[in-house]
Amino acid sequence: MYRYDEFDHAFVSARVEQFKDQVERRLAGELTEEQFRPLRLMNGVYLQLHAYMLRVAIPYGTLSGRQMHKLAHIARRYDRGYGHFTTRQNIQYNWPALSDMPAVLDELASVEMHALQTSGNCIRNVTADHFAGAAADEAADPRPYAEILRQWSSMHPEFSYLPRKFKIAVTGADRDRAAIQVHDIGLHLKKNEAGELGFAVYIGGGQGRTPMVAKKIRDFLPIEDLLTYTTAIVRVYNLNGRRDNKYKARIKILVHETGTEEITRQVETEWQAIKDTDLKMPQQDVDAIDNYFRMPNLPQRPEGWSQLAAARKADASFARWVDQNVTPHKNPDYGVVTISLKPIGGIPGDATDAQMDLVADIAEKFSNDEIRVSHEQNLVLPHVAIADLRIVYDLLLTDGLATANAGLITDIIACPGLDYCALANARSIPVAQRISERFGKPERQADIGELKIKISGCINACGHHHVGHIGILGVEKKGEELYQISLGGSGDEICTIGDITGRGFSSEEIVDAVETIVDRYLLVRTDKEENFLATYRRLGAAPFKDALYNETANAA
Amino acid sequence: MSVKVLTANRLTDGEAVWLGANGDWLDHIDGALVARHAEAVAALEEAGKAAIKSNLVIDVNVIDVEERGTNLYPLRLRERIRQLGPTIRLDLGKQAEKTSANAA
Repeated sequence: MYRYDEFDHAFVSARVEQFKDQVERRLAGELTEEQFRPLRLMNGVYLQLHAYMLRVAIPYGTLSGRQMHKLAHIARRYDRGYGHFTTRQNIQYNWPALSDMPAVLDELASVEMHALQTSGNCIRNVTADHFAGAAADEAADPRPYAEILRQWSSMHPEFSYLPRKFKIAVTGADRDRAAIQVHDIGLHLKKNEAGELGFAVYIGGGQGRTPMVAKKIRDFLPIEDLLTYTTAIVRVYNLNGRRDNKYKARIKILVHETGTEEITRQVETEWQAIKDTDLKMPQQDVDAIDNYFRMPNLPQRPEGWSQLAAARKADASFARWVDQNVTPHKNPDYGVVTISLKPIGGIPGDATDAQMDLVADIAEKFSNDEIRVSHEQNLVLPHVAIADLRIVYDLLLTDGLATANAGLITDIIACPGLDYCALANARSIPVAQRISERFGKPERQADIGELKIKISGCINACGHHHVGHIGILGVEKKGEELYQISLGGSGDEICTIGDITGRGFSSEEIVDAVETIVDRYLLVRTDKEENFLATYRRLGAAPFKDALYNETANAA
Repeated sequence: MSVKVLTANRLTDGEAVWLGANGDWLDHIDGALVARHAEAVAALEEAGKAAIKSNLVIDVNVIDVEERGTNLYPLRLRERIRQLGPTIRLDLGKQAEKTSANAA
C-alpha cells in the first residue's frame, strides 16, 4: 500500500490547520456562509437534510486495517455509530457537527487519510478496480497510476476551478469492474503485442441528467505519457468546457458538441506541445510508486483446497457464499473475498462501527492488512488464503457480513436518496430494501442469476441507475414519489445506457414492476446460462414493456 | 388550507430547526410561527434574512404546511423527512428523540 512521504504529511496537516481556522472564523461570524461554503466543500463537508455530511476519500478504494479502525472510531465518537460506503469508493458520515470537523480531519490525518477532492469542481478522488492487484484476470495493477494521478491532481493550480467536477477511473483488466466508460476520463491499463504496458484512453463518459458512454480517443498510450496526455485532455476541457450552464459543463457535453474527431485533434495538438516536458514520467519514478503496490509475499497454502472441499460439502450456506463472493486470485492458493454490505432488507453500503472494526481485524489477520471499497458499495478482502476461507466466513457471520449475494439481484446499489440527501427528489433506500426482501430467498436469487439493480433518488445518478441491468430513477411528481425504470444498462466493458421503459410507477407499484420484469426474463431466457442482460440484448425492450404495460391484454 | 412556516439548519451542527413564535429556533416543528397571509410570509422571509446575518442558521426556507388539529404537517415529503428523520432508521433523527421522550 502507498505510504505518505514527508511532503504528503505536511500537505495534509497544513490543510487540516487551514480548515480548522476557517471553521473557527465561520463559527465566530467572521466568514459568511457564502464565503465558507466553497471552503467547506473543498474539505468534503456538505449540508444534508438532517445535519452536515462529511465525505472521506478512500483513494482508489484501498485502505489498511488501521485506517478502517479509524473510520470505525470516527463513526462511534463523532457520528451515530455507522458510515455509508458510496459508489465513489468513499465513506460518508451523516451526522457530524461542524464544530467537530477539524478534530475528525485531524484523526483522519493521523492515519494518512483526508477528505480532499471529494467535492468541488476539481479532479475528484481517482477510482479503480476494487480487485486491483489481486484479480487473476488483470494485466497489471492499475493503482500505481491512480496514485500518480492523485499526486499530480491534488491542489493542481491549473485544474482546481474546472467548469465542473472531473472524475477519472482506472482498470487493469479487460473485464471492466471500475465502470471506466462512464467517467470523464477512463483508463484501461493493458499490454501491447510487445508486452509493454500502456493505456487505452476514453473521454467524455458520464451519467447524471445527460448520460453518455465515453469515446475511445487512444488505443495505446505509453505509460510515460500518462500525465502529459491527461494534462492535454483536462486543459482542452478547462479552456473550452461550458461555464455558462451547470448542466452542460461536464466534458461529456464538450465531447458531444465538438465531436470525437475534433476533440481528439485538439487533445493531440495540445499534447504535442507538452509531451516532452517535465511531466513525462521517468521509469524510475513509476517504479518507485509501483513498489508500494507490489504483490505481498503470500506463503504457499496448498492445504486449502482439500479443506475447502470438505467444508463446502458440510455446509451448503458456506458453499453458496464461496461460489458467489469469492473470486479467483493471481495466486491459486488464495481468493478475493467480497464482503456484502447488502444484507437482505438492509441499507446498501451502510456499516456499523463494530462491523468496520471486525472487517479491520479480519483484514489484519487474514488479508495481508488490506481492504478495498467497491463502487458497488461492498468491501473486499483482496488476499485471503483458501485455507482461511472457513474461518473468515465464520467471523463475518458473527456480525451479519456473510450475505452470499455478490452480483445477484439483492446486491443493489442505492444512493442515500431523500432519506438524507438535500438534492434528492425521492427515496432510494426503502425501494432497495423492499426489492431485497422480495427476492431474498437464496434459491430464487440463484435461479435469477447475475442481475444488477441500481437506484438513484434524483437525476444526478449517484446510484448509477443508467448502467443498471434494471435501473430505477426516483422523481417527484405532484408531491408523490414516482419511479422510472430503465433496462439494459451496463457499466462494464460493453458499456450501455439503459432504455427507459415508459411511464413510471408509484412507490407501492415499483417492487411489483421489478418482479414483473424478472418473471418475464425467466420466461423468455434461452436457459439459465443466458443472464438478464444477455436476454435483454437478444430480445430488446419489447417483451418487458409488454409485461409491464399490457397486463390487461395479457390477462385477456 | 396550506400555511407557511420558516425552516433552516442550525449553523453549529446542521440540525433542522423551525422559527418559533417567540423568535427562537426550535428543534421541532411544534410551536413554529405560522404565517397565514402574504404580509406574514414576508415577515418570515425577513426573519430568515436576519437569522442568516446573525449567524445562527443556514439554508433558510419558507415551506408549506397544513394545520391538522394541533399539528403542523409539511406538504412535501422532503420536509416531513426533515421533520422526523430518515424513514429507514427510526432510531435516528427527531423521531427517535420523540420516541425516547414518550417512553420516559
